[in-house]
Amino acid sequence: MLHLAATAPPAAPGDPILNIAIFGVFVAITMIIVFRASRNNKTAADYYAAGRSFTGGQNGSAIAGDYLSAASFLGIVGAIAINGYDGFLYSIGFLVAWVVALLLVAELLRNTGKFTMADVLAFRLKQRPVRIAAAISTLVVCFFYLLAQMAGAGGLVALLLGINDRIGQSVVIAVVGALMILYVLVGGMKGTTWVQIIKAGLLIAGAGVMTIWVLAINGFNLSTLLDAAVEKSGNPAVLAPGLQYGLSDITRLDFLSLGLALVLGTAALPHVLMRFYTVPTAKEARKSVVWAIWLIGIFYLFTLVLGYGASALIGAERIAAAPGGPNSAAPLLAFELGGSVLLGIISAVAFATILAVVAGLTITAAASFSHDIYASVVKKGNPGPGMEVKVARRTVVVIGIVAIIGGIGANGQNVAFLVALAFAVAASANLPTIVYSLFWKKFTTQGALWSMYGGLASAIILISLSPVVSGGEKSMLQGVDFSIFPLSNPGIVSIPLAFFLGWLGSVLDRGTEDIAKQTEMEVRSLTGVGAEKSVAH
Amino acid sequence: MGNDALNVEHSSGQTAAVFRETQESEQFRRLKRKHRSFVLPVTAACLLWYFAYVLLAGYAPDFMATPVFGSVNIGILLGLAQVATTFIVTMVYVSYANKHLDPDAAAIRDRLETKEGVR
Repeated sequence: MLHLAATAPPAAPGDPILNIAIFGVFVAITMIIVFRASRNNKTAADYYAAGRSFTGGQNGSAIAGDYLSAASFLGIVGAIAINGYDGFLYSIGFLVAWVVALLLVAELLRNTGKFTMADVLAFRLKQRPVRIAAAISTLVVCFFYLLAQMAGAGGLVALLLGINDRIGQSVVIAVVGALMILYVLVGGMKGTTWVQIIKAGLLIAGAGVMTIWVLAINGFNLSTLLDAAVEKSGNPAVLAPGLQYGLSDITRLDFLSLGLALVLGTAALPHVLMRFYTVPTAKEARKSVVWAIWLIGIFYLFTLVLGYGASALIGAERIAAAPGGPNSAAPLLAFELGGSVLLGIISAVAFATILAVVAGLTITAAASFSHDIYASVVKKGNPGPGMEVKVARRTVVVIGIVAIIGGIGANGQNVAFLVALAFAVAASANLPTIVYSLFWKKFTTQGALWSMYGGLASAIILISLSPVVSGGEKSMLQGVDFSIFPLSNPGIVSIPLAFFLGWLGSVLDRGTEDIAKQTEMEVRSLTGVGAEKSVAH
Repeated sequence: MGNDALNVEHSSGQTAAVFRETQESEQFRRLKRKHRSFVLPVTAACLLWYFAYVLLAGYAPDFMATPVFGSVNIGILLGLAQVATTFIVTMVYVSYANKHLDPDAAAIRDRLETKEGVR
């Protein structure tokens, strides 16, 4: 095995044909399931919320499948393999965040909404302006996240299929986008959910097998594994924090800002929130989060072992030099352990991951556009029969095409910051309004609008003025420098600002809100009176 | 109107009165108190615990590098402790909700849906 790895060409170890074949099997199986699941996609509740008929366990697995993106798997394993402890530190925020979703958001949201995040935000405030703001923020978050995933697909192609020319990569991005459109168009939320469940199962099983393998090599002793990683890297500092986020006071503050966006943004990601409507009751929504927490937590424990395992068995230098850089750590480790077959499986899982995540984002964005903008604002709550789903389907095609073009355009650009930005926008534009409208009686429409637009605008303006866009070595734009904001993560400014604006806008609001709606929302949110039931077929 | 379809049936003043009476009832106030007195402090505690960990990682890397078992150091243990507390909070909340929140919520829901016809 070692010999093979040493003589294999540096680009794309393993067998690209095998990688594609295994991915093809995944696509074929999920397609059959999606077509079977799509027979009952008639109403909006079927199309957007899968008839609210998934169990907590199924939905929790789908949440894990939606949340654990390629960035989580390849990115975190790579970050630990190269920077050691700081990669692990980064992963913790993604898990702790779920406490906020469990305790403050999931059940109350399930009890007061129907299809989208805007249902909850606009419940007791003035419909039109709040819905429009919530839909804009949903579309922005989904777009950033989608672009990051599609651009990531390009990098993955180079790494796993050995396709290095831009045209070949563009073709693969287009194929991924077209598959995604097909899944979402045909399968709606039901199909998307099944793709995510299957992908979560494959990802966690694949990572689990590799974890046990790595631990077995090290006598099932974490300390032995850490020693091996230190020995290979020749640097004991990989076991302590600091290699990535501890370089200066700026990087420390930057990480604090990122951590804030992660723990407060997760519970306000529109595509996560929408998943809570696919179960019949608030109690099942609670069970969903519990399942998701277990699966996501166990997965991040796996990435700790895999990261240090890659560091010990392959070495940070070889990983950094491979195509795809840090992202190649997990695939290289798979090849080192199980040869072409395991690499093929892991590659297929990585593609399945991108497919499942973009499908979830696309149906969320389409639902928000069709339900919030078209049906509620343009048609004032009275779209013609079947029109809402029709508009949603058309939106899926448009978003899919935009994602393909954006993904091809962003391929090769440094757009990794977009995922962190999506969390920062969610935490700034959405979370304050969600929390205020559920927990603060005196919250008003003006407070919601100031908070949402203020949070959205400040996060985007700060990131445009930061070194990720200009003025740094790895900036998106080279040759210009207008970076006056030193951090790469805007959350530490934009999140408190959005909370402050929500408060200020409310106390300065002279318009009176409907007290009866506030009363109704409070009673409904805690008891589930009249909450949407599952659709019987 | 958060829920167009839901709200059609009970835009009447009568239903609003039902919600107001419910909100003022002893059972609902108890439910709200028990819900908030759990979720708000526990969320705050989890966030404080997380940021304490992040600050230690940022500003006390030498402390975090202190070995405990073999090469397993305080930093790794604290990170694993974050995972453990997340799991524990999850389990404690589920049992708290089953025992202290769900019965009152179900009783109020049933009363409003069957007796008052609220949908």
